[in-house]
Amino acid sequence: MLNTRHWHRTLEVVCLPIAALLVALLIFGGFCAMAGANPFAVYGSIYKAALGSWSAWQNTLIRAAPLMLTALCTVLPARLGLVIIGNEGALVMGGLAATLVGLGLGTSLPGVVTQVGMAVGGAIAGGLWIMLVGVLRHYRGVNETISSLLMNYIAIALLNHLVEGPMRDPEFVTKPSSRALLAANWLGTLPGTRIHYGLLYGLIACAIAYILIQHTPFGFAARTAGGNLRAARIAGLPVGKLTLTICFLAGSAAGLAGMVEIAAVQKRANASLVSNYGYAGILVAFVARHHPLATILVAILLGGLLASGGILQRSHHLPDATILVFQGIVFLCVLFSESLYGRLPLFRDRVAVATKPPLTTPT
Amino acid sequence: MAAESISWWGVPLGILGGTLRGSAPFLFVSLGECLTEKSGKINLGLEGTLLMGAMSAYAISYLAQPVLGPTLSPWLGVLVAGLAGMALGSIHGWLAQQPRVNDVAVGIAMLIFGSGTAFFLGKSFIQPQAPQLPTIELGIWSSLPQVQSALKISPLFLLGMAIAPLMAWFFRATRWGLYVRAVGDSPDAARAMGISIFKVRLLSIIAGSFLAGIGGACLSLYYPGVWTERISSGQGLIAVALVIFARWNPIQCLWASLLFGGAQAIGPAFQAVGIDTYYYLFNTAPYLLTLLIMVFTCSPKRTLSGAPGALGMNNCNE
Repeated sequence: MLNTRHWHRTLEVVCLPIAALLVALLIFGGFCAMAGANPFAVYGSIYKAALGSWSAWQNTLIRAAPLMLTALCTVLPARLGLVIIGNEGALVMGGLAATLVGLGLGTSLPGVVTQVGMAVGGAIAGGLWIMLVGVLRHYRGVNETISSLLMNYIAIALLNHLVEGPMRDPEFVTKPSSRALLAANWLGTLPGTRIHYGLLYGLIACAIAYILIQHTPFGFAARTAGGNLRAARIAGLPVGKLTLTICFLAGSAAGLAGMVEIAAVQKRANASLVSNYGYAGILVAFVARHHPLATILVAILLGGLLASGGILQRSHHLPDATILVFQGIVFLCVLFSESLYGRLPLFRDRVAVATKPPLTTPT
Repeated sequence: MAAESISWWGVPLGILGGTLRGSAPFLFVSLGECLTEKSGKINLGLEGTLLMGAMSAYAISYLAQPVLGPTLSPWLGVLVAGLAGMALGSIHGWLAQQPRVNDVAVGIAMLIFGSGTAFFLGKSFIQPQAPQLPTIELGIWSSLPQVQSALKISPLFLLGMAIAPLMAWFFRATRWGLYVRAVGDSPDAARAMGISIFKVRLLSIIAGSFLAGIGGACLSLYYPGVWTERISSGQGLIAVALVIFARWNPIQCLWASLLFGGAQAIGPAFQAVGIDTYYYLFNTAPYLLTLLIMVFTCSPKRTLSGAPGALGMNNCNE
């Protein structure tokens, strides 16, 4: 009996998000049709640009890497019941710190050492940034969603200020930017591909997060505190320490995403660092239902979607915001599917239905 | 530069003018959010609503100009902006009340969806010039053009200033106001009174989104008076914090909006007198102000005075 129930539960967890994605595709198709594009051609292009060839896969994986990392910024605090959406800000701070370390160390050290320094710098900067949100939450009771969101704007302003002023490279005229990193400090690509090592960072970070949450006493404590804060306090769990640690780890993941973007894609700090990976990461976290391993899968799916954004613009003459609309529709459908858990007769095992207690009147 | 003729007086004057110009969107969004939160739900998606309102107001004002002429078409734009807000609000209001659905998450989803839709539909309206709302000149007594331009007021701002006491009266003295407060404070008691929590919250969210949509119209049809994708820059989200600061009181929303409008004008005011080294940092003033206010007014020990009792709880009628 236990097995059947478990099986039904698993089926539900797998099927409902997929069904939600399919419904989202359907609605998006209608949207495209209204905008004058053939929905099936659009689907075809998205598939071709995201997963249709090895080259498309490489594009997808390049975009999936920062998504995995930024998603963790929402996934980890969710275990404590915190909704943190400061991913973009932590990414920017991580990218800024990585640039400063990279430019500071320059030629004096071997490339690999500099890269490690950049990664550590990015992770610490992002970590402290989100830890501040945790501090405000724990000691002042400030709503973490709003404070982390406000801090996004502050981080972006700081980036703009630095690249237009103190950090500006006067020789680079295209747009206000810092000096470029030396080629030796760039994050390399996996042999024989265009995929940079950021993908490994993402995969490893998700695996560590999974082990941390599911298989360590720390993760157990966090999950307990997330389930019932008062019970956790009574049980003597160090809620404050948990909050700050989780927030730091979350922020350092997003900070690492910033380092990856700087060291592998942008090669210098400028406004292009703000490319909505943070907000897309929130979506990934929610679609993955805050599960670190599911995050990998969802990040790849959404990475594919982002990779196909350009082709929608070129071959279907849809505005670049089309992908944003699609993300919104997916998000809404997935959230609605949350309310269906346990409500669909298809996934209910018969034993449980038979012995279900009579419904009590809602209180 | 013209502003240099009045030298340093340009800074306070610029802030004053910026306050009068820039407060209107804050005012509308915060009043909308106030109504929504009074009913016990949070709508973080008002940022998307604001953008959608700004886009639709601008587009309608532009498209209706040949038919209605330049005086009437902006007002049609204002109305349509409100209706567009209502459309987004009804999605939020319905979805956020489903079992096990977190209203903050729905808000973020609506933020992405609303801004995406606004950018998608508004792509073709970035270039053309739409007719703007008229302004009320309070500065004609002065001979200085700076004073004159600082004291221009949008009729929508006056409308918002009228709505604030009206909404306070609505909460205090009307039956429907009582319903909203009851649903937000104590859903159980409301249910015992025979009030439909779902309907009251849905209507509160829709009405709040109507106001936020009009807030968007203030942006694109008055100040800055163009439609671009960066037009809202987080004002819808600041409004959420602003409502906390205003203690869920519509009158205080008015004062808080003026404060935030002023904070927003600091950067441009300094830039106008030639100080633009710290332009971006000055522009973080509203966000920093919000954050500081939250740090000083929140406390982990108690809920804030004036906060609706059921705010943010997922107590839907499952």
